[in-house]
Amino acid sequence: MSVPRFWRRLKNLYNLIGTRCEKCNEYYYPPRNMCPKCRRSGLMVPFKFKGFGEVLTYTVMHSSTKDYAKQTPYILAIIKLDEGPNLTSQVICSHKDIHIGMRVKSTFRRLGEESERGMIYYGTKFVPLINPSKEF
Amino acid sequence: MRDVAIVGVGCTEFGELWDRSFRELFVEAGISAIEDANIQGGEIDALYVGNMSGGRFIEQEHLGALIADYAGLASLNIPSTRVEAACASGGLALRQGIVAVASGYHDIVIAGGAEKMTDVDVQITTDALAAAADREWEGVMGATFPGLYAMIARLHMHKYATTQEQLACVAVKNHHNGTMNPKAQFQNEISIETVLNSIMVADPLHIYDCSPITDGASAVVIAPAEIARKYTDTPIYVKASAQASGTLALHDRLDITTLDATVAAASRAYRMAKVTPGDIDFAEVHDCFTIAEICAIEDLGFVRKGEGGPASLSGMTAIGGKIPINPSGGLKACGHPVGATGVKQAVEVALQLRGEAGRRQIDGAEIGLTHNVGGSGGTAVVHIFSREK
Ligand SMILES: [Zn+2]
Repeated sequence: MSVPRFWRRLKNLYNLIGTRCEKCNEYYYPPRNMCPKCRRSGLMVPFKFKGFGEVLTYTVMHSSTKDYAKQTPYILAIIKLDEGPNLTSQVICSHKDIHIGMRVKSTFRRLGEESERGMIYYGTKFVPLINPSKEF
Repeated sequence: MRDVAIVGVGCTEFGELWDRSFRELFVEAGISAIEDANIQGGEIDALYVGNMSGGRFIEQEHLGALIADYAGLASLNIPSTRVEAACASGGLALRQGIVAVASGYHDIVIAGGAEKMTDVDVQITTDALAAAADREWEGVMGATFPGLYAMIARLHMHKYATTQEQLACVAVKNHHNGTMNPKAQFQNEISIETVLNSIMVADPLHIYDCSPITDGASAVVIAPAEIARKYTDTPIYVKASAQASGTLALHDRLDITTLDATVAAASRAYRMAKVTPGDIDFAEVHDCFTIAEICAIEDLGFVRKGEGGPASLSGMTAIGGKIPINPSGGLKACGHPVGATGVKQAVEVALQLRGEAGRRQIDGAEIGLTHNVGGSGGTAVVHIFSREK
């Protein structure tokens, strides 16, 4: 992926910033500039997600695209954030422990690298939430 | 709107066709469709070309003009349009052709699809296909198509107790059907053990749960129903052409195991054709992965949600079963040249309805359905065809 294309989304990727519709009170991550519920754009405001959620489904990737081929095997998952929206990310944990319904929290990690230019991407991955009472 | 019929079909063999180029493949399929319909080049009013990623696979865009030129139609200056919707590009090209004839805008239209996937390294092919997902919010996180469908499979297994054996028997059945299709990429029998012992791509999907990388092309000739018999004794009538979109990213679906676009396209198609799922004699569905066929037979209404696994294991979807699925061998065994697949499905349905499907012929087939999906369900195209006007 090109540098400007990645750079544009840095704040969203690094800090889990999505959007919230002030009219519908719906939360969106990835961010949207138009609310699919009321189909208005004026009332969307940035929203920083807390980063807690649960694993809705997952897979262990044994082969992947060029950028990720060297990182296999890794866990790819769809995570339901506590505020509502779902996102696709990776979970860093033992392949034996990963399960549907697992509580997770976000963490800042290296995503991958552009093999030709050697550019390293960082972004949000998830780790198991061992002791929820302490984390909040 | 007027009624429309398919009056000619053509298809290349599917496989790793290193000795043939993209343009040669498309022209071969187009010529056999034109000869099948017994039409003259001068009768063709328009051309629709389904293709997903010529830019990535063969570094060639502007495929509409390329195909018109190499089909020998450049001197006629007919409109030629490339149509793209990832793996549903072929189904969409077919639909564009049908809409063009139904509307009265054109009379004789060629709708085809082609993909040349083996000119580049497998890694480039994987990356090009991954572009059908949301590049910025799925791909960049490490998702691939096997990965996305594996997550559908994982949740389907969790919610409905679907097993890996049930997934595997979809591949076993489609390979068996492929043995009876001389154009299929794979014409060998496999067992459930073959699937379960093959290498893991994205858990729980093994390599034998995945459709292959394929070169190939298919084409059909579309004409107004009222003049169809001028070209053939066995016109195949288009009873419905429906298309729907859904969220591009899998994570935005209401239910990860349901392709809303398939449900919407199917319900529009059934309404248009005035039939119910029970009236369909057989179907060619989009089995890009074994789990995709299981979801398809549920979302098309052939079985209830969650019952696709046991239904596949029971033999219900085999030739001779209650609702044969993918008699051609499907994407799994016949092969999946992405832009060609949606058109190939219509070619198979036409051959079956004409009674010309050879050893894989479904007895008494009257009504057939095709189901073509783009990405993880961002686009779905459903067509219903009948022998009877
Ligand atoms: Zn809103």
